[in-house]
Amino acid sequence: MAMFALADCKNFYVSSERLFRPELHGVPVVVLSNNDGCAVSRSDEAKALGVKMGQPYFQLLDLVERQGLIACSSNYALYADLSGRVMRTLSTMAPRIEVYSIDEAFLDLQGIQGDLEQLGREMRSRVLREVGIPVGVGIAPTKTLAKLANWAAKKWPATGGVVDLRDPARQRRLLALAEVGEVWGIGRKISARLNVMGITTALQLADFDRKTLRSMFNVNVERTARELAGELFFALEDGPEPKQMIACTRSFGERKHTLQELQEAVTGYATRAGEKLRGQRQLCQALQVFIRSSPFDQRGEAYSRATCVPLPFPSADTRDLVAAALGGLQAIYRPGPDYAKAGVILMDFVESGRFTQDLFAPTPRPGSERLMAAVDAINAKQGRGTIKPARLAADQGFSMKRERLSPRFTTSWGELLQVKC
Amino acid sequence: MTAILGRIRPSSVLVRMIEGRVSAGFPSPADDYAETYLSLDELVNVRAPSVYLVRAGGDSLKDVGIYDGDVLVVDRAAVAYEGDVVVALIEGEFTAKLLSYGVDGRPILLPANSAYPTIILQDGEQLEIWGVVTDNLHSLRRR
Repeated sequence: MAMFALADCKNFYVSSERLFRPELHGVPVVVLSNNDGCAVSRSDEAKALGVKMGQPYFQLLDLVERQGLIACSSNYALYADLSGRVMRTLSTMAPRIEVYSIDEAFLDLQGIQGDLEQLGREMRSRVLREVGIPVGVGIAPTKTLAKLANWAAKKWPATGGVVDLRDPARQRRLLALAEVGEVWGIGRKISARLNVMGITTALQLADFDRKTLRSMFNVNVERTARELAGELFFALEDGPEPKQMIACTRSFGERKHTLQELQEAVTGYATRAGEKLRGQRQLCQALQVFIRSSPFDQRGEAYSRATCVPLPFPSADTRDLVAAALGGLQAIYRPGPDYAKAGVILMDFVESGRFTQDLFAPTPRPGSERLMAAVDAINAKQGRGTIKPARLAADQGFSMKRERLSPRFTTSWGELLQVKC
Repeated sequence: MTAILGRIRPSSVLVRMIEGRVSAGFPSPADDYAETYLSLDELVNVRAPSVYLVRAGGDSLKDVGIYDGDVLVVDRAAVAYEGDVVVALIEGEFTAKLLSYGVDGRPILLPANSAYPTIILQDGEQLEIWGVVTDNLHSLRRR
């Protein structure tokens, strides 16, 4: 029988800041999006003050002044490092893992013997103790139910952060308590339409006539309803919603050495990743670029570097992605090693047209969406790469507003945590 | 038998170990067997997800060989035993000290320098062991 766990880092960006900054414990904290635009992660204390997800920073200034709300700029270098640590720790506890976003992963528990709830508690306690990040765990026979179990683990502290939803009776009790909008893959628009049809809880969706759902919405809504009822449709690496991370990485046929060779490769990966991102109608706020030599090379020097580059504004424009990727490459490239692999990973997505425009931030390129649509259409018809960016020199010109940035504790020698001896 | 550790390049993580005597001007036949690579990352387990690097500030641990500016390897997965150097969080501050226990079982933080006081937990004070210092990366040349 199929069985999944969804492990999700609690208030991930805030928890990351707190690991190295104890003064942030027990006080309201938010982490702001690029250019200090709006709240993208909130501590429980900030939620209690009424801070909403995506709320613009200028609306929070009053809380900063009167309630002691602390705002931090996004420190993607730190979050990317801690995310990798969480995922590596989780991956030792299940045979297969799907990293769904920077702060959540599905684990395949099929075939694991023993007490799964106990395993969930162990995941939670190990990641908390060894990495220092709190996670919630939901366990269920389908990914959609595992997501909902995780939601319950977060919502009710009495669960201790772990909800085991294997028991069908328990599934139905939880489904009755969950609003349909909380279900994985049911967005705001679909949930509004479902409400009109009288479907307000997840249980009503699970029990609704499948044929009607398919004809009125699409096959994914039907599958989501079936998954809520315990029928398996989404395997690992599969789901009703777009992925929260896009990676384009490749091993080179022949070792590369010069910056120019790597620039060409990285430009290609950023371009391809941008196509995928536009395909799921999203924008990304940061990307990671990495280069490395082969671990199997016995002769040359071992070298592996990655860096995280925040974008000045959310974008899916190939030109922005390539410029950011090349800027990152420039920072980590060193002549000498025999480079065997490189890659670009896009992350921190927002839906196109759903982000708050920051008046003072650098502005997105005008007409970008139409240009990119035209490029994608031509490439789809004439073959990939018919229109591609000439290798652009990295634009070092843009600078982002990050006034409340914490040190890069784990990725910079000059910014290590200071410990009093 | 002399073991020669090869030159470590600035940000390289591999050390090549060549077994064989130094023979000036003539290549040693033993060089043909130079295929063992040693990794400093591996030695101090620094790629484990539970291992963090922190910078020591101060000389309260100089008698155990930890000096101002040293880079400490801290493992959060290691169990802290009495006598370990630990990174502790006390009253909102990160501090590295030797872990000990008083007769009442309460943790005590000991310096390794007679100029510093022992830290005994007062009533109501919170102590969190953040991690165990497993290694110290002390450079003998100050940059």
